[in-house]
Amino acid sequence: MRYAMAIDTKRCVGCADCVVACQRENNVPEGFCRDWIVEETTGTFPELQLEIRSERCNHCADAPCVRCCPTEASHYEEGGVVLVDHDSCIGCKACIASCPYDARFVHPEGYVDKCTFCIHRVREGKQPACVEVCPTHAMIFGDLDDKNSEISKALRTRKYKTLIPEAGTDPHVFYLL
Amino acid sequence: MGKQLNRREFIKIAGMGVGGMALASSALKPFSLFAQPAVNEALMATGSGGATPTYCEICFWKCAGWVHKKDGQPWKIIGNPDDTHSNGRFCPRGTGGIGAYLDPDRLKTPLIRVEERGKQVFREASWDEAFTYIADKMQQIKEKYGAESLAAFTHGSGGSYFKNVIRAFGSNNIAAPSYAQCRGPREEAYLMTFGEGVGSPERTDIANTKCLVLIGSHIGENMHNGQVQEFTQAHMSGATVITVDPRFSTAASKSKYWLPIKPATDTALLLAWIHVIIEEELYDKEYVKKYTYGFEELKKAVRHNTPEWAYPITTIKPHVIRQTAREMAAAAPSVIIHPGRHVTWYGDDTQRVRAGAILNALLGSWGRRGGFYAPVKAHVPKPKHPPYPKPKKEWRDALPGKYPLANLSLSTAIRDITVESPVDDFAIKGWFVYGTNLIQTLPQPELTKKAIQNLDLLVAIDIMPSEITGWADVVLPECTYLERYDDLRTSPGRIPAIALRAPAFEPKYNSKPAYWMAVQLARRLGLSEYFPYERIEDYLDYRLKAVGSSLEEMKKLGVKNLPLEEDLYFLNGEPYEFATPSGKIELYSNTLAEYGFDPIPRYEAHEEPPDGFYRLLYGRAPMHSFGRTTNNPVLTELKIENEVWIHPKVAREWGIENGSYIRLENQDSVISNKIKVKVTERIRHDCVYMVHGFGHTQKQLHRGFNRGADDTQLITRVKTDPIMGGTGMRVNFVTFRKEVA
Amino acid sequence: MKEVAITSGRMNHGVDPLLHAWGWEIPLYLFLGGLVAGILFFSAFFYLRHRENVFTAAIKVAPLYTPVFLAIGLAALFLDLSHKLYFWRLYTTIRWESPMSWGAWTLLFIFPLSVIWAAFWVKDVYPNWDWKFPIIEKTIAWLAQFKKWFAWSLILFSGILGMYTGILLSAFNARPFWNTSILGPLFLVSGLSTGAAFILLISRSEQERHRFSQIDSFLIGTELFLIIHMFMGFLASTSVQIHAAEMFLGGPYTAIFWTFVVGIGLLLPLLIEIMELRGVTVPAVIPAMLVLFGGLMLRFVVVDAGQSSRWLYKFMEQLVF
Ligand SMILES: Nc1nc2c(c(=O)[nH]1)N[C@H]1C(S)=C(S)[C@@H](COP(=O)(O)OP(=O)(O)OC[C@H]3O[C@@H](n4cnc5c(=O)[nH]c(N)nc54)[C@H](O)[C@@H]3O)O[C@H]1N2
Ligand SMILES: Nc1nc2c(c(=O)[nH]1)N[C@H]1C(S)=C(S)[C@@H](COP(=O)(O)OP(=O)(O)OC[C@H]3O[C@@H](n4cnc5c(=O)[nH]c(N)nc54)[C@H](O)[C@@H]3O)O[C@H]1N2
Ligand code: SF4
Ligand code: SF4
Ligand code: SF4
Ligand code: SF4
Ligand code: SF4
Ligand SMILES: [Mo]
Repeated sequence: MRYAMAIDTKRCVGCADCVVACQRENNVPEGFCRDWIVEETTGTFPELQLEIRSERCNHCADAPCVRCCPTEASHYEEGGVVLVDHDSCIGCKACIASCPYDARFVHPEGYVDKCTFCIHRVREGKQPACVEVCPTHAMIFGDLDDKNSEISKALRTRKYKTLIPEAGTDPHVFYLL
Repeated sequence: MGKQLNRREFIKIAGMGVGGMALASSALKPFSLFAQPAVNEALMATGSGGATPTYCEICFWKCAGWVHKKDGQPWKIIGNPDDTHSNGRFCPRGTGGIGAYLDPDRLKTPLIRVEERGKQVFREASWDEAFTYIADKMQQIKEKYGAESLAAFTHGSGGSYFKNVIRAFGSNNIAAPSYAQCRGPREEAYLMTFGEGVGSPERTDIANTKCLVLIGSHIGENMHNGQVQEFTQAHMSGATVITVDPRFSTAASKSKYWLPIKPATDTALLLAWIHVIIEEELYDKEYVKKYTYGFEELKKAVRHNTPEWAYPITTIKPHVIRQTAREMAAAAPSVIIHPGRHVTWYGDDTQRVRAGAILNALLGSWGRRGGFYAPVKAHVPKPKHPPYPKPKKEWRDALPGKYPLANLSLSTAIRDITVESPVDDFAIKGWFVYGTNLIQTLPQPELTKKAIQNLDLLVAIDIMPSEITGWADVVLPECTYLERYDDLRTSPGRIPAIALRAPAFEPKYNSKPAYWMAVQLARRLGLSEYFPYERIEDYLDYRLKAVGSSLEEMKKLGVKNLPLEEDLYFLNGEPYEFATPSGKIELYSNTLAEYGFDPIPRYEAHEEPPDGFYRLLYGRAPMHSFGRTTNNPVLTELKIENEVWIHPKVAREWGIENGSYIRLENQDSVISNKIKVKVTERIRHDCVYMVHGFGHTQKQLHRGFNRGADDTQLITRVKTDPIMGGTGMRVNFVTFRKEVA
Repeated sequence: MKEVAITSGRMNHGVDPLLHAWGWEIPLYLFLGGLVAGILFFSAFFYLRHRENVFTAAIKVAPLYTPVFLAIGLAALFLDLSHKLYFWRLYTTIRWESPMSWGAWTLLFIFPLSVIWAAFWVKDVYPNWDWKFPIIEKTIAWLAQFKKWFAWSLILFSGILGMYTGILLSAFNARPFWNTSILGPLFLVSGLSTGAAFILLISRSEQERHRFSQIDSFLIGTELFLIIHMFMGFLASTSVQIHAAEMFLGGPYTAIFWTFVVGIGLLLPLLIEIMELRGVTVPAVIPAMLVLFGGLMLRFVVVDAGQSSRWLYKFMEQLVF
């Protein structure tokens, strides 16, 4: 099993519903977010292109945050989901410094927090909160090892990219182009 | 005049003053300002899965959903999968709607304006005092000037109960800003052309269209939920999207064609399109012959409106105009020239929208799949009440001969006659303002404030200490939509449906639902018979039982979809009688001609910004609804301020940097609050753009206060549509001021 | 043209607009770690070379400070943790890939070593010292048989400690400015240099001072070489690293780095020490203090600058709309 997310930049309108949904679902404290929206414009007027992305932790397969964690608080869960065990985290922030995507932050309660791929929902057979709410159906979550999953199909049929692959982390959030 | 102007002070509700507070504690025993009511679970409605059904009040799309709690605490609102407005997915504002309930800045208790040591302040009052005060003032106004001297401005679900009170009291001066500042021109243009309006949600069959033409409409930023969903659906299934916008909007970025038109010239483009469609014989000949009236006149009228003619006006190249016209024709009849929604731009808006309607008619998209469908609505009877007394006069009588084709009341006209009535013996002396922040909503805010100076009574019913509440004599705090029942939602759509809003939480503080307020006030005015049910639950149950459902059932379902009886696509060759004077689709309008307007739209040039000035454009951000969410603790997390979009060349010329703060100054030397600069290729050089709803001036709005700038403040000029009185608001020009201190 | 905008208002405390994971605690700790590594290295090294009677300050006096320095460093480290009550989790696992982890374990060894090593010399420095409990006295006497082995392990662990303080940062590939293999040697050399400077500061012997001046000058020279090398490496690398280097070459860190770290912390003391070696007498405290100051500043600047350099969204303030 290998969980991953694909975000369709053609569908996404950058409404940030995924951000609010995450905040509500996961009780993300004020002043923090686990996901966010980036708009990238290329070209000059009037020859323009706009790419809109909903970004979050990439649940890297070769995650520096896991590697540099001294307590194993940051670890891989089923399906390659990268999680932080709150009761093992000492708050040394090594993982924050090590994440090239700046996906992590210190929760006001002291431990480090970030996107969990909503594993608590996934385990109940539901979709992550952000995926479920997206009005344009821009997000796909699923198992890459299942060749028939929607995400496997999307990655077979569509062009896609990952963010800063040169950072060498093997990210598992894909952007459909 | 100057003396009059100072009669009523703007009161920052925050600065109620020690006096006000002291008074409060003695006069207000039963209600505590900060006490949280104990949650009375029995009162709360809970449906299947422990959640409460609601429909959203953050905008007027009214998506239905479920309110969830966790450990007894408010948690999240999720769309109801049975609901065709949301299809189970709320937009960001709806998802963040819980912030409206959580906002600590909410109005907490009734307030009455009093004079204290020469200074005006609010004192906290009991509901009883507030209603008595209002009823007394209303009777005084009635005696002195007549009941017709009252007016109401409403926007939102609870407005209908107050409308009922005002009508029963004897006045018909009831207006919503969604007409003269929003959809008015569109509804009139379509009514005139097709005999029917567009309605809300729009009857556009975007899901099935092959070609969608957006004139301004910034779908994706304009986050009307179902429409955004259908837009994505159409885009992904390969529909051609053509977006006409001076700004590279989100929708433009998803479009095959982006036409970066020079602002204020859309009518020229539309006429050129009509010209090409006719000259190249691309129109639906059979449809035009069978259903339309005035084709030959139209053909003649647009003869000279060639793409080459339109090019210097619009800056859109002739071959692009031709090519896009052909794209539309190729997709016809599954093509939509979107009628727009907020269309009050330049004062000739009815005509501009009508040009689009005519184009739709030529392409045969009205009544066809992928074009415009026939909306259906659930018919749910209401309990009867006595007929309303007939007012002897209404706002129209103060404006003889003006705006002859306005079918609904004009908010701005009522305001203007409050400032000064053009006819004798007509004075507006009392305003009820429900759920509309007139200071930010109506253009020319100085006029609004001036009008307020002439009032004997201003009642504001709101949930937040919005700017308008600072001008009120009485402020009535409504509880949020999550804490109340409201009337059933029976909006038109592809299937008839009923949705229920039930309270998920007990009203916080000392706030109350509008229904309860209206019933209490009616009782004091001796108008109780106009509310056959004292409790809204009984009223709802009556209505629901009449269609074979019940409140009990609806609490479990949230949404009930009824069977569809009519055909959505009704113009497939059958004879059809349109509700127009000619019984046909009117390409040529005798009605317009009769009143001395152009029977066929004609392009008229608009004033251009002087040197060093740029046209001020405005729009929406997907995560905010006007000014009503710009203090919402959940949504301000996403966007706390607006920014002004400036083209890089202009920014360079002025030495303005991306991310810096500046002020805008308009042609009448009004200077805005400071606003962050977004230097971007995504806008033309001759205009600037900002999102409406920011720059609150009411201190009590702790998050929204002083954040970003308010476009309304800069709209000191309007061009009023002579046909129906809509206020064109994109006729203001701004320049930059780099000092922000 | 490329315009990037973060439109959902992401502004995570401590991460945006600039990463602020670590404040003063970590640089102080890194400085003290390096300093202790330097002192212990010289002490053990010259002990093994049988210079007990010549380099008294280095071998006997300086180590007495190391448990204190380490304790302060550890306290700073502890203060930095945001989930303090769970700090013991550090010692429930060994993570070889995590410099934090083996740093924690190194400290677990080097701290008692430094205490024992200091204990060996207390009586030499303070002849009237009384251990109060005979058991301590006896234990020390028993341990003293293995002094040589302690010295060897000190050389090992001080080397690890010195390297680790540099490697800790360079392990963070996500921060372009730290992402250089030169940081490890640089911090090691700087640690040795501050160690030497500290000995210089407390030494009363002319001969010892002369020797440590020589050592320090050599170390400072090496440091300068490494710094130049580091920047040349950045400029020949990817755009993110060029951007990182630019923070020091005309960017926000230019003044502070070149003035305080390189100018006052390296060049000036080097000049003074060379003058001294040539016979001009300047009180040794001056260059020594400057070197210590420079070492501290180096840690502060490097920790801070590293956090200001990122892969994505480099000018966050201007991107958030
Ligand atoms: N998120 C969110 N969504 C909303 C609302 C909200 O408050 N927030 N409000 C709802 C309401 S009530 C309404 S009425 C709608 C309004 O939404 P729309 O009906 O889409 O409003 P417009 O004024 O058409 O859209 C503004 C766009 O018009 C462009 N524009 C400006 N001037 C011109 C011009 O001269 N010509 C052309 N072609 N384009 C121009 C601007 O660049 C901008 O992209 O949104 C609805 N949806
Ligand atoms: N300058 C400028 N003016 C505009 C527009 C623009 O884009 N720019 N847009 C125009 C358009 S399209 C429209 S539709 C109008 C919209 O105009 P309004 O509907 O007036 O817009 P809001 O600013 O959201 O004001 C809503 C008020 O209702 C209050 N409110 C919210 N929920 C409730 C509730 O449940 N009960 C009660 N009692 N009050 C509630 C809010 O606190 C706020 O004070 O504005 C128009 N005016
Ligand atoms: S909710 Fe969907 S459309 Fe909206 S920003 Fe997120 S991914 Fe994009
Ligand atoms: S994105 Fe960052 S936090 Fe997430 S797995 Fe990769 S390195 Fe770790
Ligand atoms: S902060 Fe917590 S999760 Fe991150 S590296 Fe340290 S212990 Fe691991
Ligand atoms: S998967 Fe869950 S935790 Fe991650 S961004 Fe989406 S909602 Fe938040
Ligand atoms: S579109 Fe959004 S704000 Fe409007 S009613 Fe639906 S969920 Fe609420
Ligand atoms: Mo509107």
